[in-house]
Parts: sequence; C-alpha cells; structure tokens
Amino acid sequence: MAETLSGIEKLKGKVGVAWKPREYLIEGEMIRRFARAVGDTNPLWKDGNIAPPTFILSVGFEQFVEDLMNLTPFNTVLMGSTEIESYQPMKLGDVITVVFKISHLRERKGQTGKMVFMTFDSTYKNKEQALVAKCRQMVIGY
Amino acid sequence: MSEQRYYQDVRKGDEVTPLVKVPTTTQLVKWAGAVGDYMPIHYDQDYARSRGLEGVIAHGQLIGAFLGQLMTDWVGEQGSLRKLSCSYKGMNYPGEVVTLRGKVTGKYIRGGEHFVECSVWAENPKGEKTASGMATVMLPSRVDKKRKGRIRRWARD
Repeated sequence: MAETLSGIEKLKGKVGVAWKPREYLIEGEMIRRFARAVGDTNPLWKDGNIAPPTFILSVGFEQFVEDLMNLTPFNTVLMGSTEIESYQPMKLGDVITVVFKISHLRERKGQTGKMVFMTFDSTYKNKEQALVAKCRQMVIGY
Repeated sequence: MSEQRYYQDVRKGDEVTPLVKVPTTTQLVKWAGAVGDYMPIHYDQDYARSRGLEGVIAHGQLIGAFLGQLMTDWVGEQGSLRKLSCSYKGMNYPGEVVTLRGKVTGKYIRGGEHFVECSVWAENPKGEKTASGMATVMLPSRVDKKRKGRIRRWARD
C-alpha cells in the first residue's frame, strides 16, 4: 500500500485548493439519459430542455473521479453523503463551469487497511457567472 | 402527474407520497453511464465480493437521485426542489425494493417564497433506513392566486 500512501500525501496537499475549472455543454440527450437512468418519467425533463436538480451529480463527475484516482489510486471509493443546493435548473445549451475542492480529509484505520474520508465541494456556474448549484459530498476511499 | 400541491395544503407531520423503486443491475449500468461512475463494485460481482460486499451494490448517488425524484414528483410542476441532503448508511442491492419516503417537518415563508422542509429516507425490504436526509422545497401559494382573482373581480366591478 506504499503507493496509496504517497498518493494520500498528494491529496493532502490539495486540501482547500480549488481544482482546475472544467466546462461542460449541457445537451438534451444528457438530461434524457440521466432521467432514464433514474427511471424518472416527470414530463418536465422528458424533452431534455430542463434538468432535474440531481442532474448536477452527472456534470463533471467522471473527470473528477479520474483526477482523484490519478492522485491516489484507491481500490474502491464509496459515497458517504451528498448535499445539493439548487438555485436554478440546468438547461439545454447551458455551458457550466464546474470547480471541485477537497475541504476536509482524514485518515482512519479500517478493517481492510487504511481508509480516507474526504469532503468535496463543487460549484456549478453558467456562462453569466451565476451560481446554478453547489454540492458537497463525503467519500470514503480505501 | 397528480394535481398541483400548494403551500397551504401541507401540514407538519404530513407524509410525502412514497416512491417505490426496484433497481436492477441494468439500471446500475445505465446510471454508471449517465453520470460516468465506473466503480466496479457496482457491476462486477467478483470484485464487489473481494471488497467485502455481499455482491454489487446500487450507487449511493442513485439512491440520492431517487430521493430527488420523490420530492420533484411531490411538489409538482410549479414547485421546485431547492436543497437535498442525504447520508448513505447501508447498502441497496439490485433486485431489492427501495422505498423512498418523506415527512414534513416544517414550513416557512422567506423572501416572498413558500418553503416546506421534509425529512427524507430510503428503506430496504427489511424496513432499514439505507439513506436519510433532509429536503427543502418551494411550493406555490394559493393566496397569491386568490389575491389576483380578487383584484381581477374588483377591476371588473
């Protein structure tokens, strides 16, 4: 687990530092695919113009996990908690800038070795720089 | 979708209309693709077992999204979900029923908007809470409609 340990040091150095902002264009099929995955048939998101509030979970998440794994190659990452605040719905054609930040990090000894508890904050802004949503998630890496 | 719910219709202690889901392994793969979460504990049985789990588990965030749907269904077209928090306390396995529930814990008016707070949770078939948290929703108000109606009538008379 030596490589994991050095990775954790790299992660620790990132606490409180905003990650590189990334831009995402919101397409109708992203919204529809998300609604289908949830099994949510609400007519509001059926035509792909307006996204449900939890849609933000899909915006930039893949890249975030990739960045995280590049720093620390965890075997498993489990979600501990999710907190979403929605100020306006994401819409078709929005260009959303997502910024992630680790706010807290602590290590703990678990049954299968070292576990790392991390709190991540993310913000979602549109082209007008208006805050569309923010999210705080606690994840457990081991 | 059901009839529009208004702020005045809601009382502390009211139950949010429950939502029942049975996530399948197919749904987990769809979710993985939709959000880009490719952790193998959600699709690879052998890997999940090697990590100390009984088998593949539903993504915590999928349960979070179910709770989101619980609330957006309940508030109707004119309401909106403003805040949702949930902690994942247990595992949900594919093929098992997940019942999403909520209860009104309070209501208030702020900045001219009408808000309702609810505790929300997910239950597995044993009735255990596998996720729980809070939701804040905005609901339309009947009063605004009445006032507008009165003004219209007054203008007509």
